[in-house]
Amino acid sequence: MLPRDLKAEQFAGYPPEARKLVISYLATLQQLPLSFLPSLLREVIDYDYKFPAERRAIDRELASLGSLSQTQMKEWFQPFWQISLSSKLEEFNWVNQPTQFTEQLSAHLWSTHQLDAFRKAATEYGDRSRSAVPPEPPVISRLGIAIIGQGVASYDAPLFRNLREHGTYFERVKPDNGVDLLLKGIAARAQSHPVPYGHWYIEGGQIADHSPLLTCISYQALAPVRAALLRNVQAEIKRPGMGPEELRTYLAELSPASVGLDKSPDAVLNHFQLKLLTEGSGTQIFSTTFVQWAAREALQSAQPLSLLVRFGPRQRQRPMNELLSNNNSNPELDFTGSLIDADMGAYYNWINQQRLSGSEHSSFLVWFEGHSQALAIGPALARGTASSSVADLGELLSWVVA
Amino acid sequence: MIFNRDTRALKSELAIGEALHPGYGSLRESARQLSCSRRDFLRAAAGVALGGTLMSASPFVRGALAAKRRKIIVVTFGGGARDQETFASDGQENIPHMLQELAPQSSFFTQVVNHGILGHYVATASLATGVYETINNFAAIPPEHPTVFEYFRKSLKRPPSDTWVVAPSNGFNHIGESDARSYGQGWGAQVILPKHLLAAAMSGSGTDYGHLLRDNYETPLYAPQLVGSEFQLEQLESILKLSAEDFRTHAKTLSSPDELSLYVVRQLMRQQAPSLLWVTMHDIDIAHAGAYSLYIEGIRRTDRLCAELWKLIQSEPEYSGNTTLFILPDFGRDSDMDAGGNGFQHHRTGDPASRTTWMMALGTGVREGVVYDRPMQSTDLVPTLGAMMGFSPTLAQGRPVEELL
Repeated sequence: MLPRDLKAEQFAGYPPEARKLVISYLATLQQLPLSFLPSLLREVIDYDYKFPAERRAIDRELASLGSLSQTQMKEWFQPFWQISLSSKLEEFNWVNQPTQFTEQLSAHLWSTHQLDAFRKAATEYGDRSRSAVPPEPPVISRLGIAIIGQGVASYDAPLFRNLREHGTYFERVKPDNGVDLLLKGIAARAQSHPVPYGHWYIEGGQIADHSPLLTCISYQALAPVRAALLRNVQAEIKRPGMGPEELRTYLAELSPASVGLDKSPDAVLNHFQLKLLTEGSGTQIFSTTFVQWAAREALQSAQPLSLLVRFGPRQRQRPMNELLSNNNSNPELDFTGSLIDADMGAYYNWINQQRLSGSEHSSFLVWFEGHSQALAIGPALARGTASSSVADLGELLSWVVA
Repeated sequence: MIFNRDTRALKSELAIGEALHPGYGSLRESARQLSCSRRDFLRAAAGVALGGTLMSASPFVRGALAAKRRKIIVVTFGGGARDQETFASDGQENIPHMLQELAPQSSFFTQVVNHGILGHYVATASLATGVYETINNFAAIPPEHPTVFEYFRKSLKRPPSDTWVVAPSNGFNHIGESDARSYGQGWGAQVILPKHLLAAAMSGSGTDYGHLLRDNYETPLYAPQLVGSEFQLEQLESILKLSAEDFRTHAKTLSSPDELSLYVVRQLMRQQAPSLLWVTMHDIDIAHAGAYSLYIEGIRRTDRLCAELWKLIQSEPEYSGNTTLFILPDFGRDSDMDAGGNGFQHHRTGDPASRTTWMMALGTGVREGVVYDRPMQSTDLVPTLGAMMGFSPTLAQGRPVEELL
């Protein structure tokens, strides 16, 4: 089936809000090329479980597409029309399985050497879309905080190497009550600018006391869910005919309830956490990977105003089969390796934050937990310099967001 | 920005991403810049010269007699290492051996572009056939086009013992011989999977060896159990001349699967002395699990193992003075700046950083301490090996690297 043949009743399996939305734009969707549309439907089908920022972005994108003239529609999508697809893809149930379709499309593009053409088309579309519908500016300047090195007694190699050119390195930070001061700092922002899913705390180790105004997810708190997921995966792998692609399809079809992720009434957050574990690579076994990926996904989807990320120690590397079997309730931890992971993860957090609107006013702080080293980036702070000022984390935070 | 997510979401194992700062038209320019950074760094750190003007008067020894004794060893990395962790200034600490010992003795090609599918098995198959293969990266199936091993054996009438592949894991057991029936059957290389050898030698006693049985997959959640068989035990005893007990004892002294591979390579060189030996390393690919420190450890270990292999070549009478060693990653990894990827973790975006890598050639017939900037393709390797060894890879798409002939 091709997009021009779309009918409203074909979306009967969509959740209610998604169905309503897609039917209201049916005439627009019918004009889109098959190489493009399922990627859009992949987002729309989850509309009911998306964060407000994502919903607004989908609304705005569809409205923008609906406002295009025939000439503009042709101009925008000509590169996508030139992508050659197989009859197998055309016959696929892409309306109800857009995620699986996009995986097959991906394989098709690679194997037919059309990936570069698609990538070019996608980049051009992204440019046009951003130009037509500029992203919303944040109501206050964004703030990112990364706390790294939990449990590390000493570390001699230089930290924050990727970030130093962008900010000021502080070497005499007073570490006392640092985690608490920083959590209180973002709680105050949540209090003064209460935006749904606007202020986040992502924890890789033991969760700290925090304000209920923060959206919180934790690697440790998800331990039962991770265990259930890994049990399911182990069982699936043993089934005849199972391979990596089949496993991915299985994971894509899991519901939050199927891994015990339905204890909280927050369906949106449950859905988000499930995707962290089913779509992320390594998020099920390494806390540092979980935290970095969760921060990336939160930034891309929820577009938070405040994000505090605290990396915890991950388990030491073991054979993948052992890690996946999850049969060691007290695994040995790799503290130094986790610090190195987190140092890079903090850099990625900053990059991902800078991809959001208002980046010119955004601030970022990374601190080596329990130690005197930190690095701060912000409009008011010098770049590529070091400061010998003595300050606690609360004071440092006030300088960062000044 | 929805399409940011859409393109990113086309991931499966091989996803599509959107550049943060578009400028797609500058892909070629980006690749060139990557190569320039490698060149400049090598010139500064290793004191190598710029090639280009040194095209003529190759020192390569020609002649039928020399060709008969010539040996070639190819080392590929399944799991590319990016510039910032290797040849850029911050990365130099991770590759002291390649930088200080190997690069000054090598012809270094700064811009090897892989235009094919960026999955490790299919990319290694493409390297071995000289054609961008389109086989399923995760299926245990042979390449569709004749491999370098088949060209080598059939053209030069070499016995099966004269070419071997040492590879890391399951899918690679078919890398030795293609499915190209029209070319003829039975001309392939024999393949050794060291982890399977060890699994067979362990025969149920799983203690103390787990660290050598790590399988780093592009989909880490899918890690099937390794199984050894009687066939592997026979390989141990008849090919490598090792008892299961000897193998187990030595394996206990090693720290990673790639170290185990190098041990098998050493035995192969001593017992079989193949003329064409292909080794695929894989430790670096732990990057897919997202732990940066483990990725760095993998790079450092691979760097050390490459130097050890080079020393081994110098010390083995069958190889010393008549061997050319090629070292190249199968491709790179995603840039930090491509929103479609997640930096070092994967190679899904198809961006210049993931497509562009390097190649080092050293030993017999290779000019020492020279850097070549011009772009070459991954598929050029097989025609180059053919030109060096005296066979014609008729179905390969690449072209011989003239600087090595």
